[in-house]
Amino acid sequence: MEQLLSLFVKSIFVDNMVFAFFLGMCSYLAVSKNVKTSLGLGLAVTFVLVVTLPVNYYLFGFLKANGLEYLSFILFIAVIAGIVQLVEMVVERFSPSLYASLGIFLPLIAVNCAIMGASLFMQQKYGGDVHDGVSAVVYGLGSGIGWLLAIVGLAAIREKMQYSNVPAPLKGLGITFITVGLMAMAFMCFSGLKI
Amino acid sequence: MSQLFSKKNKEVFSNPLSITNPVTVQVLGICSALAVTAGLRPAFVMGLSVTIILAFANVIISLLRNTIPNRIRIIVQLVIVAALVTIVSEILKAFAYDVSVELSVYVGLIITNCILMGRLEAFAMMNGPWESFLDGLGNGLGYAKILIIVAFFREILGAGSIFGWNFVQQFHLEDFGYMNNGLMVLPPMALVVCGCIIWYERAKNKELQEK
Repeated sequence: MEQLLSLFVKSIFVDNMVFAFFLGMCSYLAVSKNVKTSLGLGLAVTFVLVVTLPVNYYLFGFLKANGLEYLSFILFIAVIAGIVQLVEMVVERFSPSLYASLGIFLPLIAVNCAIMGASLFMQQKYGGDVHDGVSAVVYGLGSGIGWLLAIVGLAAIREKMQYSNVPAPLKGLGITFITVGLMAMAFMCFSGLKI
Repeated sequence: MSQLFSKKNKEVFSNPLSITNPVTVQVLGICSALAVTAGLRPAFVMGLSVTIILAFANVIISLLRNTIPNRIRIIVQLVIVAALVTIVSEILKAFAYDVSVELSVYVGLIITNCILMGRLEAFAMMNGPWESFLDGLGNGLGYAKILIIVAFFREILGAGSIFGWNFVQQFHLEDFGYMNNGLMVLPPMALVVCGCIIWYERAKNKELQEK
């Protein structure tokens, strides 16, 4: 139990997907213009992570037992694409309003590096921190919440930044990069955090 | 021959190096661009791998473009890219093991690199194999260019070396009170350095500025 809690906190703050590993940066920068959509995307990413990681965990265990580790890239991406498709159909069937608000972002999660990245980090931690289905779920949940925090935080800052006087060449992308850099510096104070 | 190197084809190759740069203008493939730039060697290897994978994936998709059913095209693209990435990853492990350890998961993450999906969707699905090859080469090199610039500043200021050649120790600069800035090799400074490059490019080229 303690181990799980430690893994959870560590994956949110210390090994934050965005600030420590730059995962899911493309959609992170593109979608973080307002808080509402970024919250929706963050929740969708968290959900997909929680579903995909345990599936990939067991599949990787199967590959490892048969000495086929080099197939892991293709298998992971196929599972992710399949699950995103499945989630899309389920959400469309049972909650049309959420489906409408997520719109195009739902299918785009398939190429979000955060999902693939978490699967690959899980592969590295296999047998260590992530050693059964439950810890895979916890790792996915923690990584997802870390990503959600990061995108909602940046969206809130960008909403406020519209009213400030930024030098013309820095406007838009440039200042966003520097803002994320400063946020990452702030998150670095969590490094070494242990429970 | 002259048709192969027409003006249009030259632009397809050279535009991504400057005015339609994938990283600083199209904002694609940021994840790996920032993560592998702590040193010049991994940045160089990463830039080369992405260029090769992008050029070949573009050619393959372009050859298949009329046979892929529209509904499943994303999965087809992903599988082709994943196969190419697996090959490159195995080659790196065999011939450049320490670099492949340094790059860790980011080699696998080339699969979800947005540059690949972006170029496959926007260019290779609509153009012939030769143009697609040039486009892939151009975009890959545009990506590598930014990687190498960022890595150059981070390695010089952060570790005091170029391609692992430590000039600070070589010339005993510490004796004059020079200190490496350890913050440069940590993740946050990758973002700030990249922001500054965008700042410089947009100050030079006013058309790229956002309103």
